[in-house]
Amino acid sequence: MLGKTAGGLYWMFRFLERSENTARLVEAGFRIALTRSKDPASEWKSVVTTAGVRNSYDAKYDSYLAANVVDFLLRDTTNPSSVISAIGQARTNARMVRTALTTEVWEAVNESWMGLKETLKKPVRETELPAILGEIRRHNALVRGAMQGTMLRNDIYDFTRIGMVLERADNTARIIDVKYYTLLPTASFVGSALDNVQWETILRSVSAHRSFRWLNGDEMTPAAVAEFLILDSRFPRSLSFCSRILEENLSYLAKDYGIRMPCHDLIDAQRDRLRQQTISTIFDEGLHEFITTFIRDNNAIGRQIEEDYRFIG
Amino acid sequence: MTSERRYFDEMLLSSDDVRAPYAEYQKWFANEDPTRLSKKSKEAEAFFRRTGITFNVYGQAAAQERLIPFDLIPRIIANREWTRLSKGIEQRVSAINAFLHDIYHRQEILRAGVVPVELISRNEAFLPQMIGVTPPGNVYTHIVGTDIVRTGEDDFFVLEDNARTPSGVSYMLENRETMLQMFPELFSQIKVQPVSDYPKNLGRSLAACPPDHCSGKPTVAILTPGIHNSAYFEHSFLADQMGVELVEGHDLRVVDGHIAMRTTEGYKVIDVLYRRVDDDYLDPLNFNPESMLGVPGIMDVYRAGNITIANAPGTGIADDKAIYSYMPDIVEFYTGEKAILKNVQTWRCSEPDSLAYVLDHLAELVVKEVHGSGGYGMLVGPAASQKELASFAAKLRKNPSNYIAQPTLSLSTVPIFAKKGLAPRHVDLRPFVLVSPKGINITPGGLTRVALKAGSLVVNSSQGGGTKDTWVLED
Repeated sequence: MLGKTAGGLYWMFRFLERSENTARLVEAGFRIALTRSKDPASEWKSVVTTAGVRNSYDAKYDSYLAANVVDFLLRDTTNPSSVISAIGQARTNARMVRTALTTEVWEAVNESWMGLKETLKKPVRETELPAILGEIRRHNALVRGAMQGTMLRNDIYDFTRIGMVLERADNTARIIDVKYYTLLPTASFVGSALDNVQWETILRSVSAHRSFRWLNGDEMTPAAVAEFLILDSRFPRSLSFCSRILEENLSYLAKDYGIRMPCHDLIDAQRDRLRQQTISTIFDEGLHEFITTFIRDNNAIGRQIEEDYRFIG
Repeated sequence: MTSERRYFDEMLLSSDDVRAPYAEYQKWFANEDPTRLSKKSKEAEAFFRRTGITFNVYGQAAAQERLIPFDLIPRIIANREWTRLSKGIEQRVSAINAFLHDIYHRQEILRAGVVPVELISRNEAFLPQMIGVTPPGNVYTHIVGTDIVRTGEDDFFVLEDNARTPSGVSYMLENRETMLQMFPELFSQIKVQPVSDYPKNLGRSLAACPPDHCSGKPTVAILTPGIHNSAYFEHSFLADQMGVELVEGHDLRVVDGHIAMRTTEGYKVIDVLYRRVDDDYLDPLNFNPESMLGVPGIMDVYRAGNITIANAPGTGIADDKAIYSYMPDIVEFYTGEKAILKNVQTWRCSEPDSLAYVLDHLAELVVKEVHGSGGYGMLVGPAASQKELASFAAKLRKNPSNYIAQPTLSLSTVPIFAKKGLAPRHVDLRPFVLVSPKGINITPGGLTRVALKAGSLVVNSSQGGGTKDTWVLED
């Protein structure tokens, strides 16, 4: 496979994942601002921060009005992380690597771009927001379904999975990073209404509120939430899960190509670190430090993969 | 004769009678509900959008991807007509390859005085880098798209030879695919020669011209200028259909005297490169130094015989519009036979007498740039305003040798499915020809381009033309 194609597949799925994550952040922010928060502006502000677009947002707006944040995150083409930008980039990459995709996958991506371009042509009104967020989720689900059902499990598939979980791990880690202080036992007012709102926001941002409750009942403690997001490899957006899938697909590449690359050492080291930790050792070391290190390592693995598999010349 | 038709319509003899090749189709069409057909037409458009069968238009916003409108009335060619046409095309394409070999070697045709020397020596389409180079298999034009127009029952003319990098074949294939999906019943009633083997034939044809070093199955790749190129869809479509890599210049480099592509496992040698990049952009070291699309040093690899480039560099000298006017002589010179297909009468504006004639009759003529393509930079006299004529005349006087002129042909029409029923529109035809040492293969039919505006003679997609599925009937 061409190195460029591997890169195109990887970025196509990073951007698809990003579009879905951004939509999920908006969804969580919308719900919390609507139902629980006394201070919606600060809620929206943390949504913008988590999306990693604080600077560009602040350059454009001077307050955190729901309508502005939603517009910026969903349909602003000057924001490279907005849903419409991310879908557009995913589709451009898909066009570039079209020969590597099945018709079903290409059509799912192309239709998603055509559909959302139409839907997001006009500013989104509050009443339409839930339906539009649903549409974004459905489009992504279609692409994933087409992948699952029609693609060969070869290096092409591996690079798409690698892109997807790297982006996803980065997203989950950034959510924890922005809200980490609300998860610290020292800072917590355990059981207070305020904390519950914060924890629920976190869980909703990764669509985990139901699965968390399902596994933990009503026992919502900061340690349990942190443990779930970081170490529970049953949960498909946890750092541990992402790391496992990454290792898996990288090892397929090593087997396919008959050679281990430097990125394999990096992922092994990350896997070991996650395996050796418990939530209390993480808290002992410092949650913030742990997360910052994880984000840095995750990025480093991404860069190493780009180099090892010659995405660019 | 009480009424005189100005144009030859390939389908309709009168409002309720059709020509023989359309007889079966007409029976089916007469029973169709127009609203059902309208619906089908919309379905086809949605299908093209979803599949991404689009092209980019130069000079428009970068994100602009347009559909080439598809008309659902097929253009039907009788077997007898096709047999003659394809013989003529084969003859012409063989002559072009012989001409190219000659012009880059002994130049017998110049010594014989059939083609004037200065037409070659002062022609920018002539590549001195190709002198003395014999391409693998001695094939210059692996892929040709001969543009043919018709003006009467038996009057077929070659309009252009397109020996560089002709495009449009993906539309030929997708148009048929669309018709098969929309009207399967038609194809069980009417026996139409299939076109779907084209990608397989293209792959074989390319693989039949490997460079000398290549012993096993040659590695073929398609070189595209990238996703912003107007024909990118076609490049990726063909790569996909042939199961070969679609590469861009920055994927390639010279490794140990060969051209190699950067893969996830290191550099891998390419044996045959089907390039969809013009000569000028092919090699910044040998041609346009500004080019970002090509591969530095590829010409040296080529000259050393270590890669096949399809089509060979320098083939533009054969489809140059000034050379075109000599094509009947060229055919005769190399094949010893009279040209089967007619040439359109052509005035070379480089000749003072012709220039004077052209300037006098500008309003009746079509004037084209010698190296132009895609319908850009041409003047259609009868459709031009006084002001346009005047400004074009000025351009002509300034640089006469850049232009040729031809009479405005009465292009045949084929009806399109319009809101108010069938409406005649002018068409042309681009059959696709594959050349390999084993022979010449012509896919029955080709791409029919149709001017959608009533009365318009410009069929280019960049100028608002559409396409039709083209049927060649089985005997």
